[in-house]
Amino acid sequence: MSVLLRVEGLVKSYGARRAVDGVSFQVRAGQTVGLLGPNGAGKSTTVSMLCGLLRPDAGQVLLDGQPVAVGASAIKRRIGLVPQDLALYEDLSAHENLRLFGALYGLKGPALNERIARVLGLVNLVDRARDKPATFSGGMKRRLNIAAALLHDPDLLILDEPTVGVDPQSRNAIFDTLEALQAQGRALIYTSHYMEEVERLADHIVIIDHGKVLADDSPATLHRKLAAKALLRVELAEPAGAGLLDALRSQAGVTALASDGTALDIGLTDNAEAVPLLGWLQGQGQRPVHFATARASLEDIFLDLTGRTLRD
Amino acid sequence: MNTTAFLALVRKDLILYISDRRALLMHLVLPIVIAAFFGSVFGGGSAKGSGIDVALVQQDTSAAGNRIAAGLKADPNLHVTPMDLAQARAAVRKGSQAVAIVLPAGFAEAAGTAMFSNQDKPAIGLLYDPSQPAVLAMVKGMLTQQVMQVVSAEMFGGPLGRKLAERGLQRLDEQNVENPALRDMLVAVRKYEAQPNKSAGDGGQPRGLAMPFTTQDEGLTSGPVAEGYNPYAHSFSGMGVQFILFMGVNMGIGMLLTRRSGVWDRTLAAPVTLTEVVLARAASAAIIAFCLLCAIFVVAVLAFHVRVSSVPGFLGVAVGFGALTAGFGLLVAAFGKTPEAARGIAMFATLILVMLGGAWVPTFMFPAWVQQLTLVVPTRWAIGGLDAVTWRGLDAAAAAPAIAVLLGFALLFTVAAVWRFRSEQA
Repeated sequence: MSVLLRVEGLVKSYGARRAVDGVSFQVRAGQTVGLLGPNGAGKSTTVSMLCGLLRPDAGQVLLDGQPVAVGASAIKRRIGLVPQDLALYEDLSAHENLRLFGALYGLKGPALNERIARVLGLVNLVDRARDKPATFSGGMKRRLNIAAALLHDPDLLILDEPTVGVDPQSRNAIFDTLEALQAQGRALIYTSHYMEEVERLADHIVIIDHGKVLADDSPATLHRKLAAKALLRVELAEPAGAGLLDALRSQAGVTALASDGTALDIGLTDNAEAVPLLGWLQGQGQRPVHFATARASLEDIFLDLTGRTLRD
Repeated sequence: MNTTAFLALVRKDLILYISDRRALLMHLVLPIVIAAFFGSVFGGGSAKGSGIDVALVQQDTSAAGNRIAAGLKADPNLHVTPMDLAQARAAVRKGSQAVAIVLPAGFAEAAGTAMFSNQDKPAIGLLYDPSQPAVLAMVKGMLTQQVMQVVSAEMFGGPLGRKLAERGLQRLDEQNVENPALRDMLVAVRKYEAQPNKSAGDGGQPRGLAMPFTTQDEGLTSGPVAEGYNPYAHSFSGMGVQFILFMGVNMGIGMLLTRRSGVWDRTLAAPVTLTEVVLARAASAAIIAFCLLCAIFVVAVLAFHVRVSSVPGFLGVAVGFGALTAGFGLLVAAFGKTPEAARGIAMFATLILVMLGGAWVPTFMFPAWVQQLTLVVPTRWAIGGLDAVTWRGLDAAAAAPAIAVLLGFALLFTVAAVWRFRSEQA
C-alpha cells in the first residue's frame, strides 16, 4: 500500500510548554491507524495539525506529497474530520446540517443532494433527515456527526473519540459504519480511550505521551514486544508483606508485579506459569481467596510504555 | 473566496436566527413595545388636551379673583382643578398635581393697592412637586400674566380701581403729602376711568395692562414631514438601536460558544479561511440587523404614523447600522475571553453606547462637553441619522455623514476582530 499521509517531525509549543515534540508517523492508503494517548499527551494538538486547523512550529503534514496547510488549502478536500465534540447545529435539520457542511467543501445542487442521501443511508438516518439533531439519541447524533465528515468523500477520515458518551448498541452501529468505510478502502485515523475499540479496528497503532511517539507498530508486533504475555490477578486473605513480594518477583516466569494491599497483579511470560505460582503462594502460607488470568491487552502495552493508564 | 461556502454559512445563520422565536421576541417585539410606550410618554398621541396639572385653591372670591381663576382655567397650557387647601396639599404630595396655586382671600384688592404703593404685597402660595422644578417656573410665568392683566384692568377701569384712586387722593390730602407727581397720576387715572368703557360688546379692548407681545410658534422640520414632530420617531430609533445592538452582543456570544464546540473545528477543517468564516458571520449579522431595523420602522410607520422623509437615506442608515452591529458583535467574539465574562462587559458597553448615543434621552439635554464627547460614539450617529430621515424630514444627503461614520466604525471593528482571530490561530 502506498503512503497516503506522512507526518514529519511535528512540533507545537504553547508558551514554554511543548505540547507536541517531534511527532512522526505515516498512514497508508486503506489503513486504520489507532492514535492513543492519555489526556494531555498531545493527541488533540496533533489531530488539529493533521487537519490544517493549527499551524505547526516545525515539521509538516503531507497528504500524497502535498502539504496540509491552515486556510483554504485545496488538499483539505481529501480529509474528513469527526471532532470529539458533536459538530452539529442542533436547531438545523439533519439535512440542513449536511447541506451546510457539504457546501463548505464546494458541493452544491444535485451533487450535494446525492451525497447527502448516500451518507444518510450509510449511517441509517434516511428516515430522520428532516428532523433536528436535538430530537436524536446520543448514538444517532454521533452517526450524523460521522456522516457530515463523509459528504465530500475524503480519502482520509480522522475520528477523534467518536464514541464518547454512546451506549453499547449505538457504539456497535458506529462500528458497523466504520467497518463499512474500511471495506471501501478508506484510510482512518482513530483516537479513543477505549482500547477494545482500537484493537477491533486498527491495523496500526501510534502511542503518544508527553508529546512524543512512544510506539508505532502493528498490534501483533506490540504484543510481541511486551514482556508480560499474560496477567494473573490474585486476591489474598491477608496483605502481602515486603519479603513475600521480593520473593515473588524472583520467581520464574514473573515479569512484573504490582500490589495494593491484598490484591496482586502479576505479569507472566505465559499463562501456563499461573498454576505453579498459585501453588508457590500456598506454600508460603498465603491463601488466595480469588484469582483470574488474562491475556495481555493493549491496555497493558500502554501501561508498560507510559507507566499510566489511558484514562489518567 | 469560496463563495459556495460563504453563502452557505450566511444562510445557516439566517435560518438559525429565524427559527429562534425568543430572539425574535427580544429583538423585534420588545423594542416596538417599549418605543410605543416612550413615544406616548413623550407626547405621542394627541397634542391637544395635554397640559400641566394645576390645583387651584381660590380663597379670593371677589370679581377680580374670579377673573384670575377664569383666566387660569382658560389657559390651554394648564389643566386646572379647583380644590380646597387640604386637598391641594395632598394632591401635590401624592404627585397627582404638579403645582397648587393658593389665591388668598382679598388678594386682588391687596395686589391693586400694592401696585402703586409698592408696599404690603400680597403673596400667592405655590405648592409644588420638588421633582418638577421646571413646571413651577412655567406656572409662575402663566400666573404672572393672568394676575397682571386682571389687576391692572381692575386698577384702570374697574370699581376697585376707582375706589383705590379716590382713597389714594384722600390720603394725600389728609396727610398733606407733597408729591405732585403721584397726585397728577391719580387724577389722570380717575379721568381715564371716568371715560366710557367700550370694551364689552363693541369690539373695544379691555382696560389695563396686557401682554405687549405674542409668540408665533413654528416646529421646524423639512420636506414632506412638515406636519411636525412625532415623538414615536425618536423612540423607535432609540429602542431599535438598543435592542439590535443586543442582537449583536448575542451574535458575539454565540460565536464564542461556537469556538468552544466541534462545529468551529469542522468548519475550519474545510477548505475555507478563518477570514471567510468570520466575514460570513458578520454578513449574516448585518443582514439580520438591517431587516430588524426595517421591520421595526415598518411598524412605526403603519401603526404610529412615523414619516420617513427619504427612503434611500433610511436604507443607507440601516445598512450602516447593520454593518456596525455586525462589527460590534465580532469585537465581542474576538476579545471576549469566556462567554460568561464577555456577556456582562458587552451588555454594559451596549448600555453606555445607547445612553450616550441619545437612545434614552435626546443628546441636546446633555451638558455641552458630553455632547462633544458623544461625537465619537457610533450610536449617536445612528440615532442622528434616523432622526434626520424621519421626524426632521431631511433628505438622503443629510444622512450621508451618519452613514459614512457608521460604515467607518464597522470597518474598524471588523478589521480589529479579524486581526485578533488570526493572531489567535497562528
